[in-house]
Amino acid sequence: MPKAILYLEDGTSFIGQSLSTTGETAGEVVFNTAMTGYQEVLTDPSYAGQIVVMTYPLIGNYGVNPEDVESKGVHVKGFVVKEFCRRHSNFRATQSLIAYLNENKIIAVEGIDTRALTRHLRLSGAMKGMISTKDFDLKSLAKKLKAIPSMEGGNWVKEVTTKKKYIWKSEGKKATKKPRFKVAAIDCGIKFNILRILEQHGCETHVFPANAKFSEVMAIKPDGLFLSNGPGDPAVVTDVIKLTKQAAGKLPVFGICLGNQIVGLALGGKTYKLKFGHHGANHPVKDLESQRIGITSQNHGFCVDMKSLNPDEVELIHMNLNDQTVEGLRHKKFPLFSIQYHPEAAPGPTDAQYLFDEFIRMMECHKKKK
Amino acid sequence: MPRRTDIKKILLIGSGPIVIGQACEFDYSGTQACKALREEGFEIVLVNSNPATIMTDPEIADQTYIEPLNPEFIERIIEKERPDAILPTLGGQTALNIAMKLCEGGVLERYNVKMLGANYDVIKKAEDRECFKKAVLKVGLDVPRSTFAHTLEEARKAAKSIKFPLIIRPSYTLGGTGGGIARDMNELEKIAALGIESSMIHEVLIEESIEGWKEYELEVMRDNKDNVVIVCSIENLDPMGIHTGDSITVAPAQTLTDREYQAMRNASLALIREIGVETGGSNIQFAVNPRNGRMVVIEMNPRVSRSSALASKATGFPIAKFAAKLAVGYSLDEIQNDITRETPASFEPTIDYCVVKAPRFTFEKFPEAKDILGVSMKSVGETMAIGRTFKEALQKALRGLEIGHTGLDNKVDFKTIPDEKVRQRLEEPNASRIFYIKYALQKKWSIEKIAKLTKIDPWFIDQIAQIEEFEHIIQHELTHSLRLGTRALTKQLLADTKKGTLKSGGKATRFLKKEENDDVEILRKAKQLGFSDAQLAVMASVKEEEIRALRKSLGIKATFKMVDTCAAEFEAYTPYFYSTYESEDEAVLQNEALTKRARLPRKKIMILGGGPNRIGQGIEFDYCCCHASFALKEMGYETIMVNSNPETVSTDYDTSDRLYFEPLTFEDVMNVIEVEKPNGVIVQFGGQTPLNLAKRLHQAGVSIIGTSVASIDLAENRELFASFIRKLGLLQPENGSAMSVKEVLEIASRIGYPVLARPSYVLGGRAMRIVYDQQSLMLFIDEAQKVSQGHPVLIDKFIEDAIEVDVDAICDGESVYVAGIMEHIENAGIHSGDSACVLPPHTISESLVKAIKDQTRRIAINLNVIGLLNIQFAIKNGKIYVLEVNPRASRTSPFVSKATGVPLARIAAQIMAGKKLSDFNLSENETLKHVSVKESVLPFSRFSGVDIVLGPEMKSTGEVMGIDVSFGAAFAKSQICANQALPKKGKIFISVNDADKRHILFLAKRLIDLKFSLVSTEGTAKVLRSGGVKVETVDKHEEGRNNLLTLIKKNEINLIINTPSGKKSQSDMRAIRAAAILHNVPCITTLQGAHAAVNGIEASLEKEFSVQSLQDYYNERHLKCAV
Repeated sequence: MPKAILYLEDGTSFIGQSLSTTGETAGEVVFNTAMTGYQEVLTDPSYAGQIVVMTYPLIGNYGVNPEDVESKGVHVKGFVVKEFCRRHSNFRATQSLIAYLNENKIIAVEGIDTRALTRHLRLSGAMKGMISTKDFDLKSLAKKLKAIPSMEGGNWVKEVTTKKKYIWKSEGKKATKKPRFKVAAIDCGIKFNILRILEQHGCETHVFPANAKFSEVMAIKPDGLFLSNGPGDPAVVTDVIKLTKQAAGKLPVFGICLGNQIVGLALGGKTYKLKFGHHGANHPVKDLESQRIGITSQNHGFCVDMKSLNPDEVELIHMNLNDQTVEGLRHKKFPLFSIQYHPEAAPGPTDAQYLFDEFIRMMECHKKKK
Repeated sequence: MPRRTDIKKILLIGSGPIVIGQACEFDYSGTQACKALREEGFEIVLVNSNPATIMTDPEIADQTYIEPLNPEFIERIIEKERPDAILPTLGGQTALNIAMKLCEGGVLERYNVKMLGANYDVIKKAEDRECFKKAVLKVGLDVPRSTFAHTLEEARKAAKSIKFPLIIRPSYTLGGTGGGIARDMNELEKIAALGIESSMIHEVLIEESIEGWKEYELEVMRDNKDNVVIVCSIENLDPMGIHTGDSITVAPAQTLTDREYQAMRNASLALIREIGVETGGSNIQFAVNPRNGRMVVIEMNPRVSRSSALASKATGFPIAKFAAKLAVGYSLDEIQNDITRETPASFEPTIDYCVVKAPRFTFEKFPEAKDILGVSMKSVGETMAIGRTFKEALQKALRGLEIGHTGLDNKVDFKTIPDEKVRQRLEEPNASRIFYIKYALQKKWSIEKIAKLTKIDPWFIDQIAQIEEFEHIIQHELTHSLRLGTRALTKQLLADTKKGTLKSGGKATRFLKKEENDDVEILRKAKQLGFSDAQLAVMASVKEEEIRALRKSLGIKATFKMVDTCAAEFEAYTPYFYSTYESEDEAVLQNEALTKRARLPRKKIMILGGGPNRIGQGIEFDYCCCHASFALKEMGYETIMVNSNPETVSTDYDTSDRLYFEPLTFEDVMNVIEVEKPNGVIVQFGGQTPLNLAKRLHQAGVSIIGTSVASIDLAENRELFASFIRKLGLLQPENGSAMSVKEVLEIASRIGYPVLARPSYVLGGRAMRIVYDQQSLMLFIDEAQKVSQGHPVLIDKFIEDAIEVDVDAICDGESVYVAGIMEHIENAGIHSGDSACVLPPHTISESLVKAIKDQTRRIAINLNVIGLLNIQFAIKNGKIYVLEVNPRASRTSPFVSKATGVPLARIAAQIMAGKKLSDFNLSENETLKHVSVKESVLPFSRFSGVDIVLGPEMKSTGEVMGIDVSFGAAFAKSQICANQALPKKGKIFISVNDADKRHILFLAKRLIDLKFSLVSTEGTAKVLRSGGVKVETVDKHEEGRNNLLTLIKKNEINLIINTPSGKKSQSDMRAIRAAAILHNVPCITTLQGAHAAVNGIEASLEKEFSVQSLQDYYNERHLKCAV
């Protein structure tokens, strides 16, 4: 097995073995604490530009299958684990994880003290890193890493958004009944499970590229606008921010993850980068309206600053109980709300899927008014 | 929501004696709950019949009752204490069943007692199979096809509609007693009959077999705001068909995709809501068809369970503590996670390691029983191991079991095992199947083939295969270098020692040429895969210590990682560690930080626990370890606990300053010692396990506090001990120790039969026998030598008809405190762990008591004991014989503490740390106003075909205690506690051996006076009639018309007094004793037991028993000697 090095921008390095494609890759190193769902993580476009470290040490146990994908490709820049499974076991598995990573040319490293690495990231914050299977010279790695742009200010959305508009249809599923709603979804890196759930809720979802104009969106006469999750710094996704400003008050709007940050920005607020982000499937979030706590799936490095928003216009509706950060916003006058975590789960608990119902109710209400 | 204000006083019911299926996990959960509730200002009334528990320590609850756990006694306690509420969900099935009966009997309503956690309807819905099934189907989940039967006829009918094989599960029993798998009508009838009998409501479920499916468990918690979290998922390595308690299990689930896991999670949420568990923890079991993923719900426990203890230890999430807080009104988000301190309890732990639990069996104690596993639980304990990979955790768990394996090792050469045997051991689930998987792999059987035979998921088989493959690499590429390396290192060490420059062990890299550097990596990898030094040493034919030294010189050292509930996402404070071989050591980091912060030099004492429960070593020792920790904390020491038993209080991270969840082997213990560098190590509290390590630890330079290793050795070494006793002028039964069969026979013929033969350095009388002739001795010797493992076999003259006495004492090197003298109810010859005993002694003269105290003092002082000491004496014809001296905590220490109110283990621990007896206000001369009786609880009902006669090999799993003002009442209570309540009227069967015949007459007359009718076999009847006692004769053979077995089956016999006749085979009586077990008829097998029973019957006829709390019994005395 070829040796591999994970070099971090602060000079720390870890040695492991490469199991798949060899070469070099760089990105922001983040850790994910979910114990299941590595295939969903790998295919989640929000991870574009990032090297993901799984804190659960045994990865690949159940192989991969064609159903549990969140997009058409693998988006992580690199994958770091303690141990890859040599022989998977699951009735749905069609391929081993290693073969899958190889096929997608993802450099994956095993044999690393991922707990030490995670502790390091927690203490020092998420940072850039480079995996190499050929260059072990720290100075040279440092130089190469310097040339890689940082996550802040980088526009990753344009890398993952759809090139052209399309209408979502789940594979193998026949439309059972006529859709009740038409949703315009802005794809900043949308996860398939959002589209699947909207479909289950009777929506015909038109997926637009992230640079879609308001007029293009309105041209399909949508009942609601959905702002998707996506990678990177929300502040640079100016097209969508502008679109959201235009749509606010005119259409019911629902945003998830990056969509939540875009809503925050569109309503005049600011976002900031979290020290090491939230990536996992066990964060408790309180719905401040119902006072119920849901265990949520999380994946974000940026966050909305509540203080930057006008309290007469925007209210906090969901809050993270671990660090009291913003997990959801609602406009006090317009039919507009957004959620920082992932009610669509995949991977993670599905406690918050009721939020999709809320979007549906908003659209129903809006339709009646029309 | 703040805590409830409508309740002030809460009654907590414990789970009673340790039995198979219900062990010390409920002491752990109950103790946690008591602490949590008292913290909140509630007044706690606790009742448990098990004196060896931490929860029954008088300082844990406000009022502590050691009384029988049945509705009548609990009602009396309720009547006296008038609690506002009862918390039934933390004392296992026992507490739940009692609460249900109290509710049904209207007791709770009568005294206006609320049920916390789960109410009657909820429990009924979860426990009653029909209700449960309905609930499952209602929320859209699936169950195996099934139907109920209350009679054999119904069972037969059911079998016609559902295909064989079928599973039969009785409703309302513990750990699946009486259940089984039937493959045909014949088997069905047998199992169903048994099941209907053992079910509290005479009902069995007959169900589609999902044998071989994958088995999962989820631990769920819910609060009164309907917030639900999953604490932990557990996947069983052993498939459906084997009781979870007997399965090797893994946390978290390994082979579920996120979709399948979330489906299971959602199912759990839906179920706990539908069943309606208001607050607290529940455990839900699922089965998954490996071929298509069909998921069915198996069962749900609406209470804290064995699995929740495991889940708590596996994740660091204290389920019982939180369950208690939720029960009194808090919600999950109002409780802080102690470990991170900054995050609330309303989250789901995520772990970054792999946990393996392995069951501990004791089939060796019951040679007549087959070690085949099924749906009825057989294991008596468990060990848990944590590693970064499954392979590492599995090997750690296997060596942690203390069954002579150093990991997944090669105790048996696979080449010597016929293929057919391997196939059979793979197909039929059994206690050593995991090793047979390895043998099969060594035989180059494919993973598919093994998976098919065992129905174990190929993922697990492949993991084992990886261990086996790597072992091959070690054997071929590493062992040679290891030999060279250790030799080089030894030489270098010698040279260094000569030069006087013994540094850090030097570098033994000379054996590694540049290109062979791979060897270091192979060795490191081997350690990461969990190979122990002992395993490597065997493979390389060198000593374990040499491997250790070599490994350290190469920089391959164990590193410790923290268990923090959050996979390092948040800073953790609670110091709970496991070892692995990684790059960063968090225990070192934490210690550095603590040292930096400390104002004074840190003083640390490490306590070695007892490992998995087994017969002979159980909760009593954990009790002592916990007390040592509490006592030393009080003295300002940092305490460090090392243990591997997830059921215990000692492995609660609250008990000690730091907890290391590690196997208790030399290697693993030394790893902790090297990181912690304690000032002293305590080995005398954890039973035989740590004691067996004492010598090697001492040789490795570890400071063992308390009684010296030399003294321990003196007490264990027969010859040294014999001369020690002689020198003191005391008596000992004639004895000798032998290393060969020839020597054994020589000694036996010298001292004369009967002899007591046993191996040395074992606990619980393992392989101990009373032998009456040479022929039997020859038969026995083989086993004894095997168990003894190179230590000599001990032969003692067996003194017949002697009274046995147990003494617990504390010595500080200068003076001695005799804490308790216990008179055994059975004669010497029955293992002290199985014998009932009474404190204070009730038939021994004052002068003999004085002499016993005096002898105890002389032995303790001359043996230079510092700490606890237990001596067994035998008294015959006024002479006192010393049978055994154990300079360590004994099984009876907690019992004595409860009986007298003097916390022995605490005092002993402080004495070991330098205090003197005079620092405590102790007096031996106070007379107790009450009598305490300890009775043992036996697991015979679990092992069909095993004879229930007691002997010198210990068989009991637990103990109970009866306290009252008279011996009779205390004894009667102890029998009720042990679930063998003495009858107040009815028919008693008496059949005694010739020696006992002349003594039985008096007893029989008293029974007639008490209005019992008697039945006897011919011989005994003749004796009784000649003494003028009216007795009916029955045939003991099955063929006879008026035979005893039929009477037992018809429930016409209320008590059996049957003393077996010496060495003669007792095959016909054996069937009777077996029937007694089956029909729950109390069965007394000694004359002394019979006397005690008559005493007890008299007491119970005299007046209703009253209940009294421990605090009331010895309030003054306890306060006086509070430590």
